[in-house]
Amino acid sequence: MTGATGYNFAYLDEQTKRMIRRAILKAVAIPGYQVPFGSREMPLPYGWGTGGIQVTAAVIGPDDRLKVIDQGADDTTNAVSIRRFFARTAGVATTERTTEATVIQTRHRIPETPLVEGQILVYQVPIPEPLRWLEPRETETRKMHALADYGAMHVKLYEDIARFGRIATTYDYPVLVNGRYLMRPSPIPKFDNPKMHMNPALQLFGAGREKRIYAVPPYTAVKSLDFEDHPFEVQRWDQACAICGSADSFLDEVVTDDRGGRMYVCSDTDHCTSQQTRKEAAE
Amino acid sequence: MTTADTLLPGLPDPVIDSQRVFRVVLDAMARPGTLVDLPLSLKVPAPLDPATAAVALALADVDTRLWLDGAVGADAVRAYLRFHCGCPLTEGPAAADFAIVVDPQAMPPLAAFNAGSDEFPDSSTTVIVQVPTLDGGEPWTFTGPGIRDRVRLAVAGLPPAFRGWVAENHAGFPRGVDLIFTSGTRLAALPRSARLEG
Repeated sequence: MTGATGYNFAYLDEQTKRMIRRAILKAVAIPGYQVPFGSREMPLPYGWGTGGIQVTAAVIGPDDRLKVIDQGADDTTNAVSIRRFFARTAGVATTERTTEATVIQTRHRIPETPLVEGQILVYQVPIPEPLRWLEPRETETRKMHALADYGAMHVKLYEDIARFGRIATTYDYPVLVNGRYLMRPSPIPKFDNPKMHMNPALQLFGAGREKRIYAVPPYTAVKSLDFEDHPFEVQRWDQACAICGSADSFLDEVVTDDRGGRMYVCSDTDHCTSQQTRKEAAE
Repeated sequence: MTTADTLLPGLPDPVIDSQRVFRVVLDAMARPGTLVDLPLSLKVPAPLDPATAAVALALADVDTRLWLDGAVGADAVRAYLRFHCGCPLTEGPAAADFAIVVDPQAMPPLAAFNAGSDEFPDSSTTVIVQVPTLDGGEPWTFTGPGIRDRVRLAVAGLPPAFRGWVAENHAGFPRGVDLIFTSGTRLAALPRSARLEG
């Protein structure tokens, strides 16, 4: 079963997995609340997705099919190495197709293809605490969450409006989960925030260095903070994807030469490929 | 005859089977009120049902204190859980991380278990309640996270006051206990986030 000899299935030892599993269950029962857990040292540095990997390792089984994306792409270093890590230590099947995956580990994007019931989306989280840049003390932020005292975040967004005329946060945009807990959605573009709302898939978040796990169960209300006169809006582009022609996906700007040449392409490589295939089939 | 002679085996493949049991419990917790089936068969000491024992075997260990109600506290069960989980047993429900109830009629109110604190609501007890059936009782309707519109759960064999306890447990959100109902090889979960309607 296990690909790499000398290692337990999915790398982590059983007691660690049980501890993470208990934390995940509590996280699901208290949507948006950050459950502390005993994060382990992993064979890659903090900042490379150690939290996401530990959550995936605790969740994944031999029947799963894993997809890993980094900024939407299946073929970047981080995605390739994590996918290979689980192929070797857990012997699981892997895929690049969103529709075929049962577990999707992601860094900084939600796939364009709508997720379905039964899928699990695992986010890699650098800083789990939404109030951390406003209040550095953990004891205080914990109290603020206990009292649902989120005025400071509204003041921060208001200051954005006072200074720039609009809310200037474009990624890691704070959300309120189930009307109770303020949550950082990890550094996904705010373009992806609406996808979290009432998503049929289970969303799990793992922060390795900060030792926190949190969750958004399926069909849970996730509201991006805003004001009545400054409603939440997502990014838009004048261009369509230069490769597949998709006009409704999140686009990356790619510099093509040193004379100001640039093109816009889908950040989600699987979405881009399937759009191309569809277009070719139509022609 | 020593305990080792009478001790029943635990999960057939501890690594893979605890993952599979965890996934059905996770599925149940993420979709409150939905009935899920245990993905394996298990021989367990009476009066435990396979689903009850499987949840304990998959999730309890040396780090979790387990509380057993009077009916389940038989020597065979104690020895079985102590051996396979290695978990310390506690006498006080308020000190438990996991609690197993096999005689719901005689169980203490949910408020007797640890509901966690406002700062650390995750430190609460997970209460495993073994019941005669999960679909033959009075149907209760729930809404909340994990539930698309509403879900009906008809657990049988619960004490009359239980409905009130569930409502009270949700009212204290984010504090509160999380419930796992087990019967035979099936289970359903009711996290504190589930709101009782009607």
